Amino acid sequence: MTRYLSLDVDNKKVQVHCDEDVPALYVLRNDLALNGPKFGCGLGQCGACVVLVDGNATRSCVTPVSALEGTKVVTLDGLAVNGKLDALQRAFIQLEAAQCGYCTNGMIMTAKALLLREKHPSEEQIRSALNGNLCRCGVHNRIVAAVQMASMDKAQ
Amino acid sequence: MSRSQNRGTTRRDFLVSAGILVASFSLSRPTAMAQIVEGAAPISFAKTKRLDGWIRISADNVVTIFTGKAELGQGILTALAQIAAEELDVGVEMIRVISADTSRGPDEGYTYGSQSIEQSGSALRIASAQARAVFVAAASSYWSIDARAITIDKGVIVAADGRRITYGALAAQDKDLLSRDVTSSIRPKSTDEYRIVGRSTARIDLPDKILAKGVFLQDMRQPGMVFGRVIRPPTPGAKLVGFDPSAVRAMPGVLSVVHIGSFLGVVAEREEQAIRASDAVRANARWEGGEKLPNENELAAELLRFAKEDLIVAQTGRTTQTAPIAHWVEATYTRPYLSQGSIGPSCAVARFSAGRLTVWSHTQGAFPLRADLAKVVGLPVNLVDVVHVQASGCYGHNGADDAALDAALLALSVEGRPVKLQWMRDDEFAWSPISPAMVMSAKAGLSAEGRIVDWSYDVWSNTHATRPGQPGGTNLLAAWYLNKGYTVSPPLHIPQPFGNGDRNAVPCYDLPRVNIAHHVLTAMPIRTGSLRTLGGHSNILAIECFMDELAAVAGEDPIAFRLKHLTDVRAKAVVEAVRSATGWPVDRKRDGKTGRGFAYARYKNISTYAAVAVEVELDRTTCNVTVKKVHAAVDVGRVINPDGVKSQSEGGIVQGISWAMKERMRFSQHKITSTDWSTYPIITFDEIPQIDVVVLDRPKEPSLGAGEGTIGPASAAFMNAVADAVGRPIRDLPITSERIRDALRI
Repeated sequence: MTRYLSLDVDNKKVQVHCDEDVPALYVLRNDLALNGPKFGCGLGQCGACVVLVDGNATRSCVTPVSALEGTKVVTLDGLAVNGKLDALQRAFIQLEAAQCGYCTNGMIMTAKALLLREKHPSEEQIRSALNGNLCRCGVHNRIVAAVQMASMDKAQ
Repeated sequence: MSRSQNRGTTRRDFLVSAGILVASFSLSRPTAMAQIVEGAAPISFAKTKRLDGWIRISADNVVTIFTGKAELGQGILTALAQIAAEELDVGVEMIRVISADTSRGPDEGYTYGSQSIEQSGSALRIASAQARAVFVAAASSYWSIDARAITIDKGVIVAADGRRITYGALAAQDKDLLSRDVTSSIRPKSTDEYRIVGRSTARIDLPDKILAKGVFLQDMRQPGMVFGRVIRPPTPGAKLVGFDPSAVRAMPGVLSVVHIGSFLGVVAEREEQAIRASDAVRANARWEGGEKLPNENELAAELLRFAKEDLIVAQTGRTTQTAPIAHWVEATYTRPYLSQGSIGPSCAVARFSAGRLTVWSHTQGAFPLRADLAKVVGLPVNLVDVVHVQASGCYGHNGADDAALDAALLALSVEGRPVKLQWMRDDEFAWSPISPAMVMSAKAGLSAEGRIVDWSYDVWSNTHATRPGQPGGTNLLAAWYLNKGYTVSPPLHIPQPFGNGDRNAVPCYDLPRVNIAHHVLTAMPIRTGSLRTLGGHSNILAIECFMDELAAVAGEDPIAFRLKHLTDVRAKAVVEAVRSATGWPVDRKRDGKTGRGFAYARYKNISTYAAVAVEVELDRTTCNVTVKKVHAAVDVGRVINPDGVKSQSEGGIVQGISWAMKERMRFSQHKITSTDWSTYPIITFDEIPQIDVVVLDRPKEPSLGAGEGTIGPASAAFMNAVADAVGRPIRDLPITSERIRDALRI
């Protein structure tokens, strides 16, 4: 059913008009012009589209937009607050934890959800949290190191 | 072919002419064809002769460099910016890069084969050195002082008496300063003067990606943009025999239903509307016929039955008297079809407006793509532009070019509206070119002293090169379904040392007698194309696994055995570097659990040297293998960006292990059945060990591409490690638990 939906995305209240069962990814990218969440598989298998929904890593390509109503959504686009980068963004830049950067959104947002519930995760916990996120360039170890670095960042 | 003839052509022209003229071309010795000859004019100057075609400096002192090469995730723009900044004496942050744009950049053919540093890097190095000299001369006459009294500090020209002027201010006074022919007469800096090249430099493209600044093609939004999807047949080669567009046209948001021959596509206002419309088209369309695909369970036997053309790759020492042969050893290795596996499926944006077609694409070859697009859509080339925009990592010929034609065909149906065309995940897996399955068969004779005295080798493969611009065909997927007679090119003959399926088929060892044959499969029921290293991966894999089998027969340590067949000091240096990093045990007792494997190769026989050692642990109950540790050493000649080389080498190792451990394209007799990540699994975080890469810097040697050097050795070292743990070789990829269980049962 096509209707108006009220969403809270990156600390902004927005209204969109679309079918309520459209995957949230398309609404975030096309209606809200967000760049962070990426289309990778549309099947919830690769993690490129992850956003935080009430702090939980959520695959927006298999989440109907109506499921976002009444929640707080945070995307990579909104992770830096007032120009201050998130500790994960700083660490990913410092360690060059990306080659093509296409999976990076999912890596950072999945790691963000992990750090929200576990301030100082072990390497094993980081690998396990990221295991459902695919990277084809082979940057995995740098990504793990960047999450470790961010977890030790006092400004986190 | 002499150097002077080769110098005036691009790699693409070279390949094209080779394809037409050279039926079978073999070199028994590697040549330095692709390497920089210091002092020679860079190959890319042949097509872009004007200096301001490479460098422009604006009044605000921003240096814009132009390259025909594309950022594919490999960090090339950063390396090129470093080279230009070094020669111009500016900071890397002052450089902007325009890349692979037919409307305003140099034609440097394709971005492939790890040649961007060798080609674009050498052009920009010399052009930048010339530009600096032009500015010094201009400042010298502006101030009426001797040029020797002038220095340059971060883009500011400084006279000995303290007067200063920026490049930009001088360029603003004389707009034609850089409007002149390029010359190779200005000597670039010598390597000991380097302050930027050779030091790790932050990737210029990464912060924007990490901050979601919208740099990807998928992020492109244009006013009035609409969304497209294409609908492929159920079986490759099937013909559309019935389709009624009327119901689809009436769906919400649908702007256009494109039906040309057997090509089907839709355009809608919203992306989800385009997806729903494409589902409706799929449900409505009726198809007939199509290719019969080979039996995937008897793939090697099927490949050997394909129609083929036999080529001699190398034949040496046939008349030489060699030592008597004490042992003959034979082995055959196989590899399945592999997917590119980019995380982002292909995408394109196209706009047809006022008679001009502009396509934004993540192609590896903007210029060759433009020519084929123009031909298929029926426009003159000068009314078509292709602009490279970055997308998901590119490891070879993915669906980018095909998506560009799809988008163009849809854009022509909605004139004035930009169309964003996105392939779905199954489009990418099932319809982009995949890397050919291969069979490699080796036979060698060992002397009583354990030396290789005779080596013969056969490789069977479909072509690894089916790109737009190749002769004898039109290599764009949709073109074949327009019912206009477009077909794929015949297999491209790429001479050694580059090679096609025979890349790296000539061992990098000193062998007195070799006989190497390439059986080019001419039947192609499954569309194949280029993936990182072309045939290099499989040939390195087969040769390096076979070297281990030979070492075992000779009763020698695998590394010691290799060193006895190597004289190249750079080869020996990477082998020794890995041996000492691993603390390689010479007389280790097998425990049936841990396995160590080693492999070495020089990519394309003329490029990067790489040695890799892998340690695995085998669980004999579950038959699962865990990779515990990887050590590698690479020599890429003069290093431009050490961290970039490390990152590329690490990435190659991860991909090489993933191919060997997990990857296999699956198919039925009618279609590709690996259509998502559950049917085409790749390596994940918990399977990746610590990886240590040593980069041996050779500042006096030409720079070599780093993108592909470690992949073959990584796969081979992994296979050798598994063989060491299992106690016998497994010669078929991927090394699954089932194959390990079978090997343990024997």
